[in-house]
Amino acid sequence: MALQGAAAEHIAALRRLGARAVEVRVPSDLDGVGAVVIPGGESTTMSHLLGTSGLFEPLAERLADGMPAFGTCAGMILLASEVLDGREDQRYFSAIDISVRRNAFGRQVASFEADLEIDFDSGGSDSGGLGSEGHHEPFGAVFIRAPWVERTGDSVDVLATVRAGSGSGDAGASPQAASGCGRRDGEVPVLCRSGAVLVSSFHPELTADDRIHRMFVDMVGSRDSG
Amino acid sequence: MLRGGVIMDVVTGEQAKIAEDAGAVAVMALERVPADIRRDGGVARMSDPAMIEGIQAAVTIPVMAKARIGHFGEAQILEALDVDYIDESEVLTPADEAHHIDKWAFTVPFVCGATNLGEALRRISEGACMIRSKGEAGTGNIVEAVRHLRAITGDIRKITQADAAELFDWAKQLQSPLGLVQEIAETGRLPVPLFCAGGIATPADASLVMQLGAEAVFVGSGIFKSADPGPRAEAIVEATTHYRDPSVVAKVSRGLGSAMPGLEMEGLETKLAERGW
Repeated sequence: MALQGAAAEHIAALRRLGARAVEVRVPSDLDGVGAVVIPGGESTTMSHLLGTSGLFEPLAERLADGMPAFGTCAGMILLASEVLDGREDQRYFSAIDISVRRNAFGRQVASFEADLEIDFDSGGSDSGGLGSEGHHEPFGAVFIRAPWVERTGDSVDVLATVRAGSGSGDAGASPQAASGCGRRDGEVPVLCRSGAVLVSSFHPELTADDRIHRMFVDMVGSRDSG
Repeated sequence: MLRGGVIMDVVTGEQAKIAEDAGAVAVMALERVPADIRRDGGVARMSDPAMIEGIQAAVTIPVMAKARIGHFGEAQILEALDVDYIDESEVLTPADEAHHIDKWAFTVPFVCGATNLGEALRRISEGACMIRSKGEAGTGNIVEAVRHLRAITGDIRKITQADAAELFDWAKQLQSPLGLVQEIAETGRLPVPLFCAGGIATPADASLVMQLGAEAVFVGSGIFKSADPGPRAEAIVEATTHYRDPSVVAKVSRGLGSAMPGLEMEGLETKLAERGW
């Protein structure tokens, strides 16, 4: 989905992995598309443009029919089933049973990087997963004005978490987070999967490490072959 | 995460709401839009913190604010206010005639203006995270934005054709670090996003600069100096997304009322783009 945000980086990552990637801006762009990636960007802007471009309804229908989807940062917000601290008129697809809090880690200055322990075995368990290499190296994740997952439904697997105070260094949780969230001292989910839907709070498209994109491509592949 | 989006100048919380409603990816909080700064004259400074906080409270999207060129004191205040980005801007009166802010000393990311590739690379070497072609702010005239954008992208294209020995001369001509020039030779792009500012007043202007290689657009006076800001803001957002699709740009361009009046370059007493070194 190339309405706004870091679509170009996702397309480059998918093409490095041998997937065919196209830009989707209007409903007719969805013809022949088998899976969708919703990039980072500004979720309110994308919500607005989903309405004006007429893309929201056809994409919502495809997602309801089980089309695989991968959402990063703003894309995670758009795929969620509940958005906290968003705009009242914000559109989202309810494609994965999670509640996300927008900008939960704080403003731009609270953006951060973290090494995540990701269980790639579990994430790709029914999809063949990765080769033997690359399972246990931490994943260098970039969080920018990132949302976090405040609630996960029973169907959702949490593949990675981060400490809630990560966004503001030694100062503990950011004021925005502290005001609205009782889990601020604990670990919060930042990479989740449910069925054919994968979401991350962070931006795997901004780093050279393609393992999470590989996980999604494998999810799509196993679905097509199964 | 501003790529493909529109950043709008706003002077009140109410305008910030209109911008967010229209799909802006960020707002620039300032006391006067460039057209008014140009008209009023005098020294233009960083905005009142209370005004910036009012705008932060009004919207959920990122808020930028401007510091004067070289005025790291203002930049420190803006960082303390938790603004999302600082624009070290030629639209304000410069505070230092030789030095820009050492942006590596800050956590908050900076955007800086440039009229050519050398200026852009000097700003990046000082720590700028984003470059915007300057254009001529407050004029509603796109000609300077086009000149600056073409100057930057044109030289990038030439550098990708240069051989290794020629890159040393490019660095010398551009008065820029050799390492950045070599990086451009390899990648064919700036190491940071390239945005466009200064004179964008219509959806067609946004489409033009996006096709010329801008990755996002700043609209200053062009929205709130026009007859009907809300619909115009929305139309410019649409045109920035669908810039390759003339039928969409045509559709959103209909019936927007009058654009900001605009100024000819020959009639300007002050060229803001000449500020910065």
